[in-house]
Amino acid sequence: MDAKSGREDTAPRPTADDRAQQPLVVEGLSYAYGKRQALSEVSFSLTPGRVTALLGPNGAGKTTLFSLITGLFDSRRGEIEIAGYKLRSNRSKALSQLGIVFQAQTLDLDLTVDQNLRYFAALRGLSRTAARERTAILLDRIGLAGHARTKVRNLSGGERRRVEVARALIDRPAVLLLDEPSTGLDIATRRWLIEHLHHLAEREGICVFLATHLVDEVAPEDDLIVLDEGAIVARGKVDDVVRNAGATTLDEAFTRLTTKPKEQSP
Amino acid sequence: MTVSHASRALLAILARELLRFVQQRGRFFAALVRPLIWLLVFAAGFRASLGLSIIPPYETYIAYDVYVIPGLIGMIQLFSGMQNSLSMVYDREMGSMRVLLSTPLPRGFLLIARMFSGTVVSIIQVYAFILLAALFGTPLPWSGLLPLLPVLVLTGMALSALGMFLSSRVKQLENFAGVMNFLIFPMFFLSTALYPLWRIREGSVTLYHLCQYNPFTYVVELIRFTIYGQPNLPALGIVTATLVVFGAAALIGYTPARGGPTAGRAAA
Repeated sequence: MDAKSGREDTAPRPTADDRAQQPLVVEGLSYAYGKRQALSEVSFSLTPGRVTALLGPNGAGKTTLFSLITGLFDSRRGEIEIAGYKLRSNRSKALSQLGIVFQAQTLDLDLTVDQNLRYFAALRGLSRTAARERTAILLDRIGLAGHARTKVRNLSGGERRRVEVARALIDRPAVLLLDEPSTGLDIATRRWLIEHLHHLAEREGICVFLATHLVDEVAPEDDLIVLDEGAIVARGKVDDVVRNAGATTLDEAFTRLTTKPKEQSP
Repeated sequence: MTVSHASRALLAILARELLRFVQQRGRFFAALVRPLIWLLVFAAGFRASLGLSIIPPYETYIAYDVYVIPGLIGMIQLFSGMQNSLSMVYDREMGSMRVLLSTPLPRGFLLIARMFSGTVVSIIQVYAFILLAALFGTPLPWSGLLPLLPVLVLTGMALSALGMFLSSRVKQLENFAGVMNFLIFPMFFLSTALYPLWRIREGSVTLYHLCQYNPFTYVVELIRFTIYGQPNLPALGIVTATLVVFGAAALIGYTPARGGPTAGRAAA
């Protein structure tokens, strides 16, 4: 039972045997901004070749969790392990297994698409030849092969997001993290993005971890973690989460799980 | 981190900085016009009225425009260091700093690479200025220009470290612009860039002491002595100490705190 939220998290904590099979394991992770607790004892593990949605309302702690997983924040309370490497003791190896799409758009606007991807490839240690090959493949896959020499400033928001997905995949990561990637995108680009993420998980075995506050971005076959006020309030297959919440739809379940019960008047 | 990974990353960060510099032609123009105005307008006016006695490293009387050149070289590096840190604050606000800091490279290496790439850009500006100064009639001893190169790397890194430390403490872009002005002008004027220390002491003992405690004074003196082929070990020591102290402080500033609000500063 989570003391803070009063809600029960019945999912088992990951065991040592699980870790070898799990691209991302988080155990007992907590974080506070001064006195404000942003994450409380968060534990979960992800499965390769699956899309796991991290669903939570604004301010639930999704971005804080992602900042901790990506090493931008650090917490002594809890452990993060990426593809078998502990982030605290083996930071470089752990981060080398991670592809990241941040919530805000982070491309260099004054560089071309190709220059952005090659810059990032070099930061990941790829040789020029490997970077050139991966850039060509990924641009072709996201449908922007003809825009390699276009400055990012001249791309639409949706095209920029596609480039960011390609950038995150340049080094074939084991885990792809996306922090509310559909923010500001039109419906067609959102649909493309979600379909592309499922394609990556199914065909390439990548573990996709997608933070969102939009219920309609969660597919029925996805794994689901519901985060509220810094604590996991539900976890499992989408159907199980809906059933356990006593709801008929994910929308209803999400509302029940993340809405505080009103105090009873005397 | 392997050597090949580190060298690829360093070259990529350097190439990105150079590309930005080439694209921002106004930045290059401003970097040259600023010291040229000081040299051609300010120094020309003072040349007639300000007498300089023979002081090391000079072995004879020199014109004021000759005296002021090392200070203007320091000015270029000071502005460039601040510009580099302003660009880091911008990158932080735009999010590209997150991309850099979440790559599988040690944070210290990434920050040093950023400082180094900014320093390289400042050195290009310095040599372009020296060439223009010579064309306008104030040549420097050619023999001093090659030994000057490693010194410019050191002074550029020291001033970049100072700027990076500031960028780690200032959260917002608009605040940083104000802090830059608050720092650049006192540092420049309260140094030996425009007047020798003995001249300043004649005017005000307090100002003299302020100049003595200003690390930029030693940046200028190290450049001045190197150009004229003379060692200045105290200046070398103080500039190196400035690099170490502010570099370490910047690294601490960009290291995510454990469980505290300062973590947001590194990634915000």
